[in-house]
Amino acid sequence: MPYEAVIGLEVHVQVKTASKIFTRVGAGYGHEPNTLTNEVVLALPGTLPVMNKAALDAIIKAGLLLGCEIAPVCKWDRKQYFYPDSPKNYQISQYDQPICLGGSVEIELPGASRNVMGEHKKIPLTRIHLEEDVGKLNHGAIDSLVDYNRAGTPLMEIVSEPALHSAEEAYAYLTSLRATMIYGGISDCDMEKGQLRCDANISIRPVGETKLGTKVELKNLNSISFVRDGIAHEIKRQIAVLERGGTIIQETRDYDGMTGTSQSLRTKEEAHDYRYFPDPDLMPVQVDDAWKSRIRATCPELPFDKQRRFFEQYQLPYTLTSVLVWDRELADWFEQAVQLAGTEKAQAVGNWIVNDLLRELGNAKQTLAESKVTPAHVAALVKLIDAGTVLTNAAKEIFVDMAATGEMPEVIADHKGLKAAPTNTDELEQWCRDAIAGNAKALAEFKAGKDSAINAFKGPVMKAAKGKANPKLVDETLRKLLASM
Amino acid sequence: MAKDIFYQTIAELSAALEAKQLSSVELTRAVIERTKAVEPRVQAFNSFDEADALAQAAASDARRAAGEARGPLDGIPIALKDVIAVKDQPLTASSKMLANFVSPYDATVTQKLKHAGAVLWGRLNLDEFAMGSSTENSATHPTHNPWDLTRVPGGSSGGSAAALAAGEAIATLGSDTGGSIRQPAALCGVVGLKPTYGLVSRYGLIAFASSLDQIGPFSRTVEDAAIVLGAIAGHDERDSTSFKTEIPDYRAALTPKRGPWKIGIPKEYFGEGLDPEVGAAVEKAVAHYRSLGCEIKEVSLPHTQYCLDTYYVIATAEASSNLARYDGVRYGHRSANAKDIVDLYYQSRAEGFGQEVKRRIILGTYVLSSGYYDAYYLRAQKVRTLIRQDFLNAYKEVDALLTPTSPVPAFKLGEKSDPLALYLCDIYTIGVNLAGLPGISVPCGFTAAGLPIGLQLIGEPFGEADLLAIAAAYERAHDWSKRTPLL
Repeated sequence: MPYEAVIGLEVHVQVKTASKIFTRVGAGYGHEPNTLTNEVVLALPGTLPVMNKAALDAIIKAGLLLGCEIAPVCKWDRKQYFYPDSPKNYQISQYDQPICLGGSVEIELPGASRNVMGEHKKIPLTRIHLEEDVGKLNHGAIDSLVDYNRAGTPLMEIVSEPALHSAEEAYAYLTSLRATMIYGGISDCDMEKGQLRCDANISIRPVGETKLGTKVELKNLNSISFVRDGIAHEIKRQIAVLERGGTIIQETRDYDGMTGTSQSLRTKEEAHDYRYFPDPDLMPVQVDDAWKSRIRATCPELPFDKQRRFFEQYQLPYTLTSVLVWDRELADWFEQAVQLAGTEKAQAVGNWIVNDLLRELGNAKQTLAESKVTPAHVAALVKLIDAGTVLTNAAKEIFVDMAATGEMPEVIADHKGLKAAPTNTDELEQWCRDAIAGNAKALAEFKAGKDSAINAFKGPVMKAAKGKANPKLVDETLRKLLASM
Repeated sequence: MAKDIFYQTIAELSAALEAKQLSSVELTRAVIERTKAVEPRVQAFNSFDEADALAQAAASDARRAAGEARGPLDGIPIALKDVIAVKDQPLTASSKMLANFVSPYDATVTQKLKHAGAVLWGRLNLDEFAMGSSTENSATHPTHNPWDLTRVPGGSSGGSAAALAAGEAIATLGSDTGGSIRQPAALCGVVGLKPTYGLVSRYGLIAFASSLDQIGPFSRTVEDAAIVLGAIAGHDERDSTSFKTEIPDYRAALTPKRGPWKIGIPKEYFGEGLDPEVGAAVEKAVAHYRSLGCEIKEVSLPHTQYCLDTYYVIATAEASSNLARYDGVRYGHRSANAKDIVDLYYQSRAEGFGQEVKRRIILGTYVLSSGYYDAYYLRAQKVRTLIRQDFLNAYKEVDALLTPTSPVPAFKLGEKSDPLALYLCDIYTIGVNLAGLPGISVPCGFTAAGLPIGLQLIGEPFGEADLLAIAAAYERAHDWSKRTPLL
């Protein structure tokens, strides 16, 4: 029987703020254990939380970027459970009045090939709410240690509707969501640092069935690939259970990405009663239009919108855009170079970035900001090529040098003798005359109307020029001479 | 014969300090000596630090000598209920759970008192985690009423009331969640003020029920209450529930030129269970206001009968959550017998909390449980809104409400062993917390047996200046606060 999977994702994204969500102590990763703490983080007797407005700004921005409705009023609730990573033994979260409602994440599914754009879909969101992160447990042989550095870091929970239907869609969803968060400067989304975490609710049903099947929650999907693999594995597992005549149990399962297996953590009967209630220590938050406008002014263009604009404005091919638009810095860099080189040179600029710049950055293990190559360098190089001053092969060599030294391309070309030759047209004209004179057969064919016969003269000209002649100039000169014959 | 120095008021002592007739060290020493003399019988304190107090007093004297005195509280010994954090001093909530806890930080009120130059003196006993009305629920020891040592001082701020009545401090701070300042003030014959919710920062106050808790002063006179309130009130960016409001000069508002007032008598507060002697004393106070030209009006607060139930749903719900942090993991009592983490929670909390605290945690956990939330917590919040509306409606007609503070005078230690009987001690005070209003208890007489009686005045939100003025108008013509217990 063919089955359809129904998947909803709960994604936790750490918000990049200078300080924690409810107190003025620094937030960060990789510090000595328990150094990013104070009396509030440790929940000492008598301490109270105070909202960090920067965290609210960030979630409002996320909501606006994803097209959510921003609730005019949201409130804080306590989610209660005992665990040593939670200093208060309750987590301040948002239960029934989250700040963001609705919205969607645009995704692109894999195309027929790498060079072909795939199908686009909008995956609807249920809500986004803000809460505090918990600390980290480090289990030793005889004891467990708690590090509260992470406790109180602002955390967004982005909940999708059960509207994804395959592991590939989930993968595309996370890729797009992650890019959006990075674009907005909301989070670095480094999964290794736990800045983006994902749980998946998965059920299957026979194709055509409208009722949802029993869902299984999959936890510990700590890389985007593990999310894809874990979901694929769970769908297979559920199909196998049903095919065997079994029933799916509502449970939470732990996926082990290293072994590609999962095991049950707890069943529905063992689920927590979180005893949510409104946190009396915090006032509800009112978000007015002025606040929203202020944040909207800081919202960047999203990758897919940028890609559509790049098609339109620069006539770029899909392959170039699919590299350029996913990195906001790179896309901005590209546009700066195009501005200097001219819009008609956009594709050439794009090619230099995608092929040469990225290669040089990779070789040197540099970030874009660290590179000695600037948009001005690439624009200048493209102009030199266009003017026939340097040839493509020479330009490739110039680029490597440019990346190493930061010299402008013209300087390198002069210094290394990489300029196209000759600039003396008399000499070029003589080589052309010699070439035509040396191939009567091709001359006859050209005169008879076979345009491609002209190419037969170019080899000898290039040979005479030791490869440094500008092909465009050679072509023009040959045509001029042939026309007069 | 002049009054003993430790029984004088802040107003009197600050004048003496200012006139250099007295030094803060002399005053503090007198309070320390008095404390040492009576404390074995009263047992109002959990701990005190003589050397620290004398050092603060010396610093105050040095400031004054340099012409840098900071106002009426500079050099005045003030003791705090042991739920208010003082840096490097114990903070126990009279619980075994925090028996060895020392606070690494100051509460906002502590900072403000330090800034005002007060000499912070001692940690005062209370019902464990402020849960109780007699201070018998303290894990350390019960406190005795200075007027009759066989009787309770009230609670939960029993230590704060008893210490002041016994001359062991010049003023004290307590906290009031359902009457915990006003009821012990009434039972010990001192003034006790619970400010409007949000007027005084709760930062550094061990939370019992966050939406009800307020810190407030105990003092000998209404004027002293005004002085202390002025020092501790005001918005605090560390407490989101503290209100941004101008703090008036409460002391200046006490001028006798104000009034007459319209005073409401809520009929629901004079029913069954009211001790006849208490009722008679309060009636006399009403008569006094009438004699001052005040209009006396009977009003109705129709939802009064639901106050106690509403309170015990909301307060216990919040408490069950607020007390979850005491788990033996980061600080506080940790059981030596735990086998694993879950057992650590069970054992540490079983050993660390007393009966009444456990009872309230269990009740609060229950009312927040899945399937019961709507029937209890949500409904209680709705009733709370109605209770508040009752009061606000009354203030359309009157300036303040007048009631007994406690239905009964101080009772015997061990007399009320049934928790429900103890809960009834707060029937006149609880509504004020549910409505978030300011309330003050002022001495209004004594029973034939010599036990103090308190009169409660309830004001409008943030109407402390008027409330204190109305209380002062009564106090001005009576000398109850000049009486001191024989100890």
